Amino acid sequence: MTTENMIPITEFCSVHHLEMTFVQSLEQQGLIETTVVNEIQYVEVNQLPKLEQIVRLHRELNINFEGIDAISHLLNQMEDMQRQITELKNRLHFFEEKEQKFY
Amino acid sequence: MEFIDYYKVLGIDKNASQDDIKKAYRKLARKLHPDLNPNDKEAHKKFQQLNEANEVLSDPEKRKKYDQYGKDWKHAEQFEQAQQSRAGAQQFGEQTFHGDFEQGDFSDFFNSLFGNMGGSRRQRQTKFRGEDYHAELQLNLTDAYRTHQQTLTVNGKNIRITIPAGIENGQKIRIKGHGGEGINGGPNGDLYITFNIINHTKFLRDGNDLHTTVELDLYTAVLGGEITVDTLDGKVKLKVNPETQNGTKVRLKGKGFPVYKKEGEFGDLIISYQVKIPTNLTDKQKELFEQLAKLSS
Repeated sequence: MTTENMIPITEFCSVHHLEMTFVQSLEQQGLIETTVVNEIQYVEVNQLPKLEQIVRLHRELNINFEGIDAISHLLNQMEDMQRQITELKNRLHFFEEKEQKFY
Repeated sequence: MEFIDYYKVLGIDKNASQDDIKKAYRKLARKLHPDLNPNDKEAHKKFQQLNEANEVLSDPEKRKKYDQYGKDWKHAEQFEQAQQSRAGAQQFGEQTFHGDFEQGDFSDFFNSLFGNMGGSRRQRQTKFRGEDYHAELQLNLTDAYRTHQQTLTVNGKNIRITIPAGIENGQKIRIKGHGGEGINGGPNGDLYITFNIINHTKFLRDGNDLHTTVELDLYTAVLGGEITVDTLDGKVKLKVNPETQNGTKVRLKGKGFPVYKKEGEFGDLIISYQVKIPTNLTDKQKELFEQLAKLSS
């Protein structure tokens, strides 16, 4: 398995001054996914924004893992809703424009 | 430069204990933290003020200085204005209000009070992520049709970004690390670009599909034939079936808009035929239509 687009967890922890156990606990709680290649634990690059957000919420707001899980869930819902709003706005715009251009 | 009432920012009174300050800060930080308020500029601004208020009031030395000057801030400003008209830069007590302090994550008010305290600002412990910046970029529909690069200037810095084909109107993309500078060595914020797509073409976009209306002369509609239609990717020849009705829709597979970040995938082009009834008929044409009408009745 290739480790392209993956960051070793040791490196992530070193940059963010974190204990390895912190990231391991996040994985145990199901908050992030990691991959082990040749006995080295990695996190995918596309998971970094989420992981960094978890670190900030934990550090800056003292939120525990259960709280972070709930927040992540709500933020995902918000993002989905925002996406739906954009889609609906564009659909509405399409019908308005159709009315103007074609009739 | 506006006076900022840090006590008001934290929602506490002037006699608040260090414990009260800490509690108020924690409570408001949970409410205003940028990660919990994505895309809310007002919350980001308030969060910055909150950090500033906490920075000052949780440090007894800074709090003392703030209480001393903060109370008379308006007088200080009036004094400053009066002096300015006469002499230029001036002093108020030991504090210079016109220093060339570093501009950055804290307000001018904070910088004026604490900017020349021998680097004490640098001793702050808490690291915070910088502010996220939000920008809007207008694109023509024809530009959004192809992946292309564009250079943007954000706060004096040029950023070259690749805009993938198929980007939606209102869609946001994140450019990591191009937001405000981190506080106390914290990471930089991100830059969010919202795309505003302007359509000056004869096509309407509905997701990945494009819609257009094509006029069809009566004879081609009745007898069938071949026509040439425009797509965003050039012209295509199209066979028209005999007896095509007005309003008939034809779907051209893969001739619509590119699917975002899916190279080689396109939506469809939906063509609505608008049959044009001939006008200014000659006597001969009228006669022939009358004959047709008789045949049909």
